[in-house]
Order: sequence, then C-alpha cells, then structure tokens
Amino acid sequence: MNLVQEALRYLNDPYNWTRDGGILDLLVEHLQISASAVLAAMVLALPVGMLLGHTGRGGGFTVALSNVSRAVPTLALLTIFAVTPIGFGPTATTIALAVFAVPPILTNTYVGFRSVDRDIVEASRAMGMNARQVILRAELPLATPLMMTGVRTAAVQVVATATLAALVAGGGLGRIITLAFAQQNYGAVLAGAILVALLAVLTEAVLAALAWAVTPGPRRRWPLPRVRTASDSGQAVVARPR
Amino acid sequence: MLSAASRNALAVDAAPNPWFDPSYVTSNWDSIVGYLAEHVRLTVAAVLLGALIALPLALLARRSRWLAGPVLGLSTLIYTIPSLAMFAFVAPFTGLSATTVLIGLVLYTLVILVRNFLAGLQSVPADVREAARGMGYGAGRLLWQVELPLALPAFMAGLRVATVSTVALTTVGVIVGHGGLGQLIVGGFNANFYRAEIVTGAVGCVLLALLADLLLAGAERLLTPWARRARA
Repeated sequence: MNLVQEALRYLNDPYNWTRDGGILDLLVEHLQISASAVLAAMVLALPVGMLLGHTGRGGGFTVALSNVSRAVPTLALLTIFAVTPIGFGPTATTIALAVFAVPPILTNTYVGFRSVDRDIVEASRAMGMNARQVILRAELPLATPLMMTGVRTAAVQVVATATLAALVAGGGLGRIITLAFAQQNYGAVLAGAILVALLAVLTEAVLAALAWAVTPGPRRRWPLPRVRTASDSGQAVVARPR
Repeated sequence: MLSAASRNALAVDAAPNPWFDPSYVTSNWDSIVGYLAEHVRLTVAAVLLGALIALPLALLARRSRWLAGPVLGLSTLIYTIPSLAMFAFVAPFTGLSATTVLIGLVLYTLVILVRNFLAGLQSVPADVREAARGMGYGAGRLLWQVELPLALPAFMAGLRVATVSTVALTTVGVIVGHGGLGQLIVGGFNANFYRAEIVTGAVGCVLLALLADLLLAGAERLLTPWARRARA
C-alpha cells in the first residue's frame, strides 16, 4: 500500500470535498474562526499598542507579555476556554486564538511607534498638532509597515494554530487529521497534513504578496517571511512555532 | 431534539468541577510525574539533537552564500508548517511513538537554532577573526577559542527560545499519544471536561518552560563571566 497514493486518492475524490463536513466546509469554518480571531486581536491590540508606543510607557510590559505567552501552549488555552461555561465550539476557539494573536500585534505596533524618528514628532508638535494629530498624522503612517508585519505574523500564526482546535472537539481543517488518526487511516492523515500545511504556506505567501503590493516605493523589499532570530527580538516578535 | 434548557445544562455543571484541586495532584502524583518525565525527555532530546545538527548547518551556511539561501529558505518552509500537520506527516512512517513527536520537534528546534547560530557566527567582528588568524590560529582553534565564545550569547538566546517553544509544542504530541503533559490537558478534556486535570497539565507546562528558561539563563551567566564583569 502506498500511503502517498492513498492520500492523493483521498484528495482526488470530489465527495471528500463537497459533502457535509467535508474539506470545503471545514476550510470555510477554519477561515471564519481565524478571521474573527485576528480581527478581535486587532481591535484590542492596535489602539493599546498605539497608546503605549506614543507615550513610550509599557515597553517592558509588551516584551514580557510576548515572552510569557510563548511559554503557554496553544493547546492548553484552547482546552481551558473549551471547558469554561462558553463550552467547546467556534467561540471558545476564537477567543483562545485571539489571545495568542495579541502579543505580535501589540509588540510590533509598540515598536513601530517607538521607532518613529523623535525629530519628526517634535516637528509636528512644533507645527501646532495636538496629541491626536501627532498620533494619527505623523506616527501612524510611519509605523504602518511594522504594524502590518505584526498583523501578518498574527494571522499566519492563527491560521496555523487553528488546526489544534480539532484536538479538543473544535472545528477547522485539523478535524481531518484527528478523525483520520482515530480511524487509523494513514492515507487520510497524510492528506489532512498536506491540506493544513498547504493552507499555512498559502496564507503566508498571500499575506506577504499583499504587504509587498501595498508598501509604496523605496520601503519595498521582497517580503520573504523570515524566522526572526532571538538576537533581534528587541526589534519585533519572535514568531512562535505553531 | 434538545430544548434550549437541556442544551445549557452541560455535564460540566452537574457535579462540582473546580479549576484547582490539590487532591487530584496528590492522588495522581505518579502518573503526573510520568508524563512530566516524558515531556522533559522529549524537550531535552529535541533541543540537543537540534543543536547538534544546527551547528554544522550554520557553519556551512556561513561558508558559502550559495548554501545559505537554500538552508534558510527550507527552514522557513518547515517553520510555516503547523505542528499537527508535521506530526501527521511523520506518523504514517514512524507510527504512534515518541519518535514521531521527537522528529517533528527536532525539525522546529533546528530551524530556530540554525538562524541564531548563523546570526551569532556572523556577529563575530571580521578584524577579530583576522587578528586570530594573524596570530597563527588554525581553523579549528579559531572556531573553538575565538568564534564560539563570541557567538555564545546569540547561541544561548537561540537555545532559550527553542527550549521554551519546544516545551509548548510537545503538548501537540497527544495526537500520537506522546504529548507529555499535553496528555493531561486532552485527557482531562476527554474525561468529561475534568478541569483540575487540564489545569494541572497547563500550569505544569508553563512552569516547566519558565524553569528551563531560568536554568539556561543561569548557564549563560556561568559560561560568559566576561560579560558579567563588563556589566558590573
């Protein structure tokens, strides 16, 4: 029995894609959960990061938060939210994933605001801008590339970790893997792994291309995603493995 | 069909199900220690193996720009693959064993460590290397006595990130039944949402990660006495 052939046969069967709870259903659910988690994290982390970055306070807090969050297993938080009165399901999954999406967005927003040239801030103040104008018209545009990097990191991480929800009765593409393991159907296990890995790589590639497309002029660099080394962790978040 | 009222009455609510329960820990001490031991074994083995493979790779990648591209590109690809998928890729070949988990974990630590090792080696100033060579250091002695000590802070930073990440990732090993403390997390979930067991597993993971980080930070201090003197 060739496992790769079995996996391809699984993927080649239209019924596996279109049936109720098939690949397409799971994919839609996966993307819905991921999108709402990232949005929730953005709503929370962007304003807080902007405020902290503008005032220059709380730098130690954001670094500590992202360091401590790396020590918390995603699976642990997914499970803990699933056994609260919320109950297991998409809501609990979304909340848990949003919690882990906050540190990359918060840290990158903070760093983005802090790395705006102090002279520019001084100059805009001297031109009579009030605090709100300084934030929105001077700091925000300059910090946007790094903020978007944070959102991208968070989004890729959320899409990847959403697969773990399947281990605790959540939805998403991870279900194919957990179900196939339960049935000892290793062809389907491999098929699920291929789908999940493909989705993660595609998300990374699409978001990188998007970032490249919306970044104007000289800042444009080939946005190959890179695993940040710990030595530049002062600059931005070290991506957590998923 | 379930009415709204009966749907809200989950099994969770039927009996007291506290988040923290010391009696759970004391009466299941042996199995908890067993899972903890597996967790530690997997983490230590993954980081050590990862470091052993990463060092030659980083040295190769530094030597030629031609090799650095593929090494870094491939490692980025590996890092993008979610852990559950990674274990699912490996499991059909190595079965439901700790080896499956170990292979997946080594791949991740490898990626983190190659990056950091390479950054560390590249941070050695060129004139220091030049001076050592001028003093007659051969390649081996240069690496061992000059480059490695200077790259040590970056190495240790990489080891710390890799260790903490690995402690968290090991939990996903439950998919093949070897998730260390992750067994408690998912086991508690499957045992009718037994909160005390879940929390024990989760808190154990966090404490283990913080303890490992602390130990490595201490090791770094011991290994780099010159940095301490400079700071003082």
